[in-house]
Amino acid sequence: MSNAMLEVRKPTTNNVILEVRELTTKWVTRFKEDICAVDHVSLKVEEGKSLGIAGESGCGKSTLALSLMGYYFPPLRYVSGEIIIDGRNITGMNPDDIRKSILGTEISYIPQSAMNALNPTQKVISFIEDVVQAHDPYKTRQEIHDFARETFECLGLPASVLQKYPVELSGGMKQRTVIATSVILFPKILIADEPSSALDVTSQKMVIKMLKNLMENGFIKSLIFITHELPLLYNVTDDIMVMYAGQIVEKGTAKQAVFDPLHPYSKGLMGSIIVPEQGQRDVKLTAIPGVPPNLKKPPAGCRFAERCKYVRPDCKVIPIALYEAYGGRAYRCILSEKELRDAHLREAKKDAR
Amino acid sequence: MRKVCLSGSGLTKVFGFGRQKCVAVDHVDFDFYEGELVSIVGESGSGKTTLAKMILGLISVTEGEVYFQGKKRDISTHKKKKEYWKNIQAIFQDPYSSYNIFRKIDTVLLDCIHMRGGRRLPRAKKIEMMQEACSFVNLKFEELTNKYPFELSGGQMQRLMIARIFLLKPKILLADEPTSMIDACSRATILDELMQLRDEIGMTIVFITHDIGLAYYVSDSVYIMERGKFVESGSADEVILRPKEAYTQRLISDVPKIYEEWDLSTV
Repeated sequence: MSNAMLEVRKPTTNNVILEVRELTTKWVTRFKEDICAVDHVSLKVEEGKSLGIAGESGCGKSTLALSLMGYYFPPLRYVSGEIIIDGRNITGMNPDDIRKSILGTEISYIPQSAMNALNPTQKVISFIEDVVQAHDPYKTRQEIHDFARETFECLGLPASVLQKYPVELSGGMKQRTVIATSVILFPKILIADEPSSALDVTSQKMVIKMLKNLMENGFIKSLIFITHELPLLYNVTDDIMVMYAGQIVEKGTAKQAVFDPLHPYSKGLMGSIIVPEQGQRDVKLTAIPGVPPNLKKPPAGCRFAERCKYVRPDCKVIPIALYEAYGGRAYRCILSEKELRDAHLREAKKDAR
Repeated sequence: MRKVCLSGSGLTKVFGFGRQKCVAVDHVDFDFYEGELVSIVGESGSGKTTLAKMILGLISVTEGEVYFQGKKRDISTHKKKKEYWKNIQAIFQDPYSSYNIFRKIDTVLLDCIHMRGGRRLPRAKKIEMMQEACSFVNLKFEELTNKYPFELSGGQMQRLMIARIFLLKPKILLADEPTSMIDACSRATILDELMQLRDEIGMTIVFITHDIGLAYYVSDSVYIMERGKFVESGSADEVILRPKEAYTQRLISDVPKIYEEWDLSTV
């Protein structure tokens, strides 16, 4: 292939590691009801970038993470949309092929309670052996051992962990072991679904440091980080996407999303931030009243309308599209950017009084 | 003059013996005043929960004594223990395992009314009391009746726990990481409700957490716990804005910040 051809091809991919177009997936309940937990979600993750997904519980964050892998198992079903990993479309692939050639090598996933992934009757090293041999059956044990030891040392974990049983490790150590195992095949993208929610702050910091190291040392090319802790997200990721009731309601850089949120829901989320810094004690936490809508019968109009402070009669009738503003920013609201900013200012003044 | 509500002197708990001896709580002294919101902060394994369990009387005390309202606590018999628990109640970390899964939610609240000696009240009065408690935590009582605990979300369950406390009106509430299994959005609601409850009933709340940011937001005074010992204590502003001990400084640096730089190199 000539150089000219490469140059022509390059702009089309533009180093986008993961691209998702209008992905919709649903859970099917026992009574054949559909729950669309991921509803027309589009996202793009570039090489070397990390994307954060925020939202309260039950808004479809974890379902999105499961759907991104392209490996569906009942009751999760695929409805429509495309997933493209590094220029390769994986939608409609045979589940067995996906398991063999995509999971672990292209895309890797750390579940919420990752520490329970370890088998209590196996040493950590046999767990790693299983993972490596499933993808490369010709590797010898010695090779795997050396390789695992190298990787663990590179990630700042003592190599002695390999010869231990999971019960001998602390929670934070187990979590880091699982993360190290999930990147042992050098996946292009790593999805971390609340990797630190069950840990205390000190172990959480270690996990975060490790995830950052992974990016810097080239174990992974991109990271998708899911959590409801906004201060954490702000420190880890470059971009933040806020989800509500299965839809994206706001997209932007981390700074924009935390300090200058547009959508009333993300504004409410930012009001729940607690940090131990001077002056934070007097800040009143603003919780969003009400509960998210039942996704079995989603409302016709804006899904946030029931809990929104700025609700208008139109909101409950007209379905609202994601409006793409300048600079990759997007929000889903009937109000314009200026109207939203004015409304936020008015609200802030009301609180001050 | 502030009155001491609960105090402990030389409280110690040792698990195991001989070579496997493990001192979980090591000669701890404290004074919790009436109407105060106290936080106990420490990383996991520092003995926070063991201390809470000792105060509650759920596990035996190896050494030392707990004083409740100036008098030595006596929980030698089951009857005396029940009497003690009327004054001290707890909310635990995991709302999903705090309920009896076979009992409906109204019975949870009814039990609380019965415990406060309201067994012979007319039914209408009982329902009114339950409605009051539910509206205090912004839950609708009509939606809760005839439901089982598993039908609620984690945040709702934890709020129902607070409704229970509202009915029981204890002198002391031990909140052992009440928000750690709950997302950030409901967390704000629960913290606000706890603080409201303190103002309403005037009880002492002991708030146990590993997140020093939360402790700073809610508490009047803070105790920092390291390996079973209190290393630092004082008012929240004093301890968290001007920490003296290296351990406290580390705990503060471990919490993600947004206005200041978060230093990842010190782990």
